[in-house]
Amino acid sequence: MLEIQNLHAKVGDNEILRGLDLTVRAGEVHAIMGPNGSGKSTLAHVLAGRPGYTVTQGQVLYRGRDLLALSPEERAREGVFLAFQYPVEIAGVSNVYFLKAAVNAIRKHRGEPELDAVDFLALAKEKAKFVEIDEDLVRRSVNEGFSGGEKKRNEIFQMAMLEPALAVLDETDSGLDIDALRVVAGGVNRLRTPERAMIVVTHYQRLLNYIVPDFVHVLLDGRIAVSGGKEMAFELEEKGYSWLEKEPASTPAGAGR
Amino acid sequence: MTPVAEERDAYRTSFERFAASTVSTEPAWLRERRTAAFARFVEKGFPGPRDEAWRHTPIAPLLRTRFEAADPSARVSAALLTGAGLDGFRGPQAVLVNGRLSAELSRLEGEHPGVEVLGLREALQARPASVEPHLGRLVGEAGVFSDLNTALAGDGAVVLLAPGAILAEPVHVVHLSAGEGTPSLAYARTLVVAGRGSEGRVVETFAGPDGWTYLVNAVTEVVVEDNARLDHYKLQREGAAGFHVGALAARLGRDARFSDHSIALGALLSRTDIDVSFEGEGGECGLYGLFVLDRRQVSDTHSRIDHARPHCTSRELYKGVLDGASRGVFNGLVVVRAGAQKTDAWQMNKNLLLSREALVHSTPQLEILADDVKCKHGSTTGQLDPAALFYLRSRGIGEAEARSLLTYAFASELVERLEIEPLRRAVTRHLQAHLPGPGELSEATA
Repeated sequence: MLEIQNLHAKVGDNEILRGLDLTVRAGEVHAIMGPNGSGKSTLAHVLAGRPGYTVTQGQVLYRGRDLLALSPEERAREGVFLAFQYPVEIAGVSNVYFLKAAVNAIRKHRGEPELDAVDFLALAKEKAKFVEIDEDLVRRSVNEGFSGGEKKRNEIFQMAMLEPALAVLDETDSGLDIDALRVVAGGVNRLRTPERAMIVVTHYQRLLNYIVPDFVHVLLDGRIAVSGGKEMAFELEEKGYSWLEKEPASTPAGAGR
Repeated sequence: MTPVAEERDAYRTSFERFAASTVSTEPAWLRERRTAAFARFVEKGFPGPRDEAWRHTPIAPLLRTRFEAADPSARVSAALLTGAGLDGFRGPQAVLVNGRLSAELSRLEGEHPGVEVLGLREALQARPASVEPHLGRLVGEAGVFSDLNTALAGDGAVVLLAPGAILAEPVHVVHLSAGEGTPSLAYARTLVVAGRGSEGRVVETFAGPDGWTYLVNAVTEVVVEDNARLDHYKLQREGAAGFHVGALAARLGRDARFSDHSIALGALLSRTDIDVSFEGEGGECGLYGLFVLDRRQVSDTHSRIDHARPHCTSRELYKGVLDGASRGVFNGLVVVRAGAQKTDAWQMNKNLLLSREALVHSTPQLEILADDVKCKHGSTTGQLDPAALFYLRSRGIGEAEARSLLTYAFASELVERLEIEPLRRAVTRHLQAHLPGPGELSEATA
């Protein structure tokens, strides 16, 4: 589904990603961990096509196509979804209108008929249950005045509505208390299917108790330093990242798979 | 002779001709006010490049143009009538063509208890006691354009709300500019008197054809007597080559409430001077405005709120949406006089620049001479939020549509304040037509 090869990327003049390799197949959940500044969020933004992030080397193939050549909206229509670490508040635009426009843009791209208001609201009602999102929130301005937990739930709600093939979750657990985390993780787990791949970027091992990954990768200085199975997350929780920094980055078994 | 001096001479000729024609029909008090106003114009002349109040307003093209007096019996095209959006208003409707009331196009009869809407010429005969205390007095000596209007406006609209009257339907005053070819000039004059304890809404629409150079010089005076409430709306959709110079002066009595909602969509250049003064305690005033500009359009709003008495509240919010090489000017002054304690004033101007060539001059000002007051003001000018744009695009919404959506959302705060259905629909339609994308934007807002 996704093949990242030797990816180098800059934000402004700072080189953040320095030769990242990663392969993700359909149905897999990959956790990406690593200390602050290691490039986790940059990877998520590069995949979604955020302006201001420049790829200087390497390539990203998504379903065999050059992902980096697509605009952000084309990526979304092709099935790439980013759950934002900091969802943006958009005063004056209702969640309902926004989501209907998004759903229909994607349906149109797939050659499916657009949903009318009635069908759309029925679908929204069904998906809202995934993350126990209040119907009142669905009617309000996009993320405006939402609590941190409500914003994250809204991201997963959008993901449920848009049914992406590849979902990138950027620190979806940050700042959530345990109840909100359970709800969000529960929503994500319900969206796990054999056809869908997920990249879960997280700062904390805790999330991985709820969303159990197939693979765990540690990002250090812009490349993957070590990869392993889900048990590696516990090891990291115990030992931290510092032990990794002393080892050469190129040797860990399974890196880049 | 300089072109400006020549222009002044042309005005002198028309004033002399006008004064001679009205000498037998108009009351002495009005002739005196006209003469005094014209004398002020002669003394001051048109604003020059160093005139502070006009510093950011490029009026040279207006001053360079020789305007002939517009013909009040000019034919009004069907397209112009349709464009003016008369449909949907169910209250009294006064239609003025090039400044003169058109009996044929107006709808002033019918059951509208508590309100009288009539032409200025008629009102001078029929209701002199309602007109004489206010006409030309409210707008005072504010500026040369309103002086010219006071001197030369031959007709206009007068709206009188009886004390205690509660109007269900808004009064609609429509100022049409009709003509073609030679650049023409017309005076639009409106007087609204809301009697003690009355409540009503007045909408003024300005419209003219595209492709014709003309000037509308408009003056609206509003008296809101004690404990009355008057909501005023102005929709400016002049033709693309039109000039619009307007003044709005309002005087509020004790516990009176007044609001103005000004929507500027048309004209090559439009300028509005707003002057509100509190003459009793406990008054409330809200000034709201939206200007949407493109190409080389210019819109300028100068407002002045005079808190002359204590315990008055004012709110002011102006928003500009500027595309192309357009230019916006906002200058808002709130004066709190000595002794006007417990004044509560809030003023804000926000501008959205959609292109690199668009430009805005924003000057919010407070002048506070009392010590127990709550005053706040601010101004922001920026582009569409790139983070919001990316967020929308990351969900599959195309860039052009995302920009439209965010632009509409920015303007919607003011569109939604238009609590008069046909007015709000007209503004929404205009925005929809200028913003690309398949969505029905009027449904976009939360």
